Amino acid sequence: MLMAGAPSLYEKRKGVYPKAVDGFYRRLKWAIMAVTLAIYWGTPWLRWDRGPYAPDQAVLIDLAHRRFYMFSIEIWPHEFYYVAGLLIMAGIGLFLVTSAVGRAWCGYACPQTVWTDLYQHVERFIDGDRNAQLKLAKAPWSAGKLARRLVKWSVWLAIAFITGGAWIFYFADAPTLQQQFWSGTAAPVAYATVGVLTATTFILGGFMREQVCIYMCPWPRIQTAMLDEKSLVVTYKEWRGEKRGSLKKAEAHPGEFGDCIDCNQCVAVCPTGIDIREGPQIGCITCALCIDACDKVMAQIGRPRGLIDYCTQDDAEAEKKGAPPKPVLKTLLRPRTIAYFAIWASIGGAMLFALGARTRLDISAQQDRNPIFVRLSDGTIRNAYTVKLRNMEARPREVEVSATGITGAKLWTDAGSRETAGTSVRATVPADSVAKLRIFLTLPAAGPARQDFAFAVRAIDREGGGDSEPARFERP
Amino acid sequence: MADEKRIDAATGTEIKHHEWDGIQELDTPLPRWWLWTFYATILFAIGYTIAYPAWPMIDRATSGLLGWSSRGALDREMAARDKQIAPVRQAIATTPIEALPGRPQLMQAAVEGGRAAFRVHCVQCHGSGAAGSKGYPNLNDDDWLWGGDLAAIEKTITDGVRNPGHAATRQSLMPAFGKDQLLTAEQVDQVVAHVRVISGQDKPGAASQAGAKVFADNCAVCHGPAGKGMRELGAPNLTDAIWLYGGDTDTIRETVWNSRHGVMPRWDDKLDKATIRMLAAYVHSLGGGEATRVETAAAAGKEVMGDAGQ
Repeated sequence: MLMAGAPSLYEKRKGVYPKAVDGFYRRLKWAIMAVTLAIYWGTPWLRWDRGPYAPDQAVLIDLAHRRFYMFSIEIWPHEFYYVAGLLIMAGIGLFLVTSAVGRAWCGYACPQTVWTDLYQHVERFIDGDRNAQLKLAKAPWSAGKLARRLVKWSVWLAIAFITGGAWIFYFADAPTLQQQFWSGTAAPVAYATVGVLTATTFILGGFMREQVCIYMCPWPRIQTAMLDEKSLVVTYKEWRGEKRGSLKKAEAHPGEFGDCIDCNQCVAVCPTGIDIREGPQIGCITCALCIDACDKVMAQIGRPRGLIDYCTQDDAEAEKKGAPPKPVLKTLLRPRTIAYFAIWASIGGAMLFALGARTRLDISAQQDRNPIFVRLSDGTIRNAYTVKLRNMEARPREVEVSATGITGAKLWTDAGSRETAGTSVRATVPADSVAKLRIFLTLPAAGPARQDFAFAVRAIDREGGGDSEPARFERP
Repeated sequence: MADEKRIDAATGTEIKHHEWDGIQELDTPLPRWWLWTFYATILFAIGYTIAYPAWPMIDRATSGLLGWSSRGALDREMAARDKQIAPVRQAIATTPIEALPGRPQLMQAAVEGGRAAFRVHCVQCHGSGAAGSKGYPNLNDDDWLWGGDLAAIEKTITDGVRNPGHAATRQSLMPAFGKDQLLTAEQVDQVVAHVRVISGQDKPGAASQAGAKVFADNCAVCHGPAGKGMRELGAPNLTDAIWLYGGDTDTIRETVWNSRHGVMPRWDDKLDKATIRMLAAYVHSLGGGEATRVETAAAAGKEVMGDAGQ
């Protein structure tokens, strides 16, 4: 029961108007943004020649035909374990990154971060930097403010639209789908997907921003459990900074104040609106923009950089006791990161090996159960099998199917007849598909009631390769 | 019980009068939207039971204003399906059966249609796998009483075997040699011994040598001098490994003594041409189907049109 006057559990969003900043980490973020966005928007348009029987899109998730193409790799539904393996690698990769460099994913590569960053640049371009934005936010609604808002939202919406729009090109031939999309002949699901993703991009990137990280995303919670005292986090070195005081105060009272001049630049540039000087917190996505801001100020006032810096908790303790700062790279190599890397790399290696060794020609055989056997007029016994040949190459293949492990077997298919029976049958399997053969097999009546053998398929072309499948012959 | 309303100070909501161990309950009203949704569902339910079959009466339920029924829905779906496959059935009905193998797609459609029709009309005697049983031929093997090419199978299905009162039916009559005293019991035993020899089950002996003479006089006219059978008369090949009723001495004697007259109904009065043709294609596809042959003596045994892919 809610008591009257009980404190509300709802916290209203505080506006965040991050100030522009330049520096090493900002440039790193620019570079990563350029690369990730280029990958996202560019990938569907890459072409890859697979011959006349397969799509020429380099990366294509063809749900309708149940194929996944990624450059020279084609994955069939039964090979979905490769995708599962990739997902496991992505998961362990996040563990690895987290234990080595903390929340680097959050700070640099997460789509929420990248698009929010992009939106904030648009915002600065239209509304001006932090102070202008603050002023505009407080200003009453006027024609000018409305115009600015409409321009800003239009640009956001345009970005959101090309973001949502690009997504669907991963699932169909991009140039064709684009034509269909604009001519109104694309599948309804394409329009719905674009609509939903446009809306989510617009809302999450434009308005919800850091609230997604702080309230919605499970990853910060998982990461707080994964970080340890040896993980890199953005640290305010309070033993060096405190007690805070302006330059003037410090000059007036030498020795009394630390390096932090309380200029608040670290707070002003923070995209999630936190104060890093309060210590590690869930709102910190470790984007390191405060490091850039602080380093700039330290340079201006002639003090050493790194008052705010990437630092592990262990090193912070050591530094507090007087040890010199440890180079960042040295903190990366430790048993936990090496173990994660070993697991990650061995899964990747195993998948690469499996990819290299996988056969692109499969056989499966199912024996007719009704009737199990048929006695022919000359007394021989006939069994029938439904044999499926799976050609995973993007070209038709001539194959030969034979029975191994039994002697005297005669085979023919429903396309042939007993007069044409031989020790093997030949078939052409169309490109990238499964051919179904009904194979009749005869053996003399004398013999065991059950006899195990194998159907073997062999490609009759230069590449060769094949597969076999155990089967059984039964007699009365 | 006090009649005056008691209002909870914190929420301004009325408190109900009951109390358990000092715990009281607020009488919070239902949200408006919830109530209106509830009323709307009641209205919908009333309309629904009027529009659709719902209320149980003495012998049946009300039929509903829209006249919908699940049986009717099924009929419509079946009719739509029939309409969809009508062109294929039409094509099958107008294509001579000998020409089917030359049109692989049509042949495949015929085989699949025949598979479905077989499950309905044929499994009662021939079994679900078409393997037959005693007296009912196995359709998977390569032994055919009346012929195993597409046209012969279609003819057998169309007109049946020994269908009473149908002139075109497959017809033949093996005499009951023992029962009707056409042969003596000793002669019957001798001819049985001979049949056992020509089918490779026994070695020749005195009885079988005598039986050979009896066979030549009485049986060869239908079964052929070597006992290889004659398809025009549905006379089985007695030298192969397949026996419709059984190849042991007692069963053969019973067959010779009483004769056998297996019956299969004609189907042309029950099924349409396309269905019969599909059934023939399916039976032909089971593994024993023979290539179409020319019926003239000069070209007998020579293939004119092979199976698909041959």
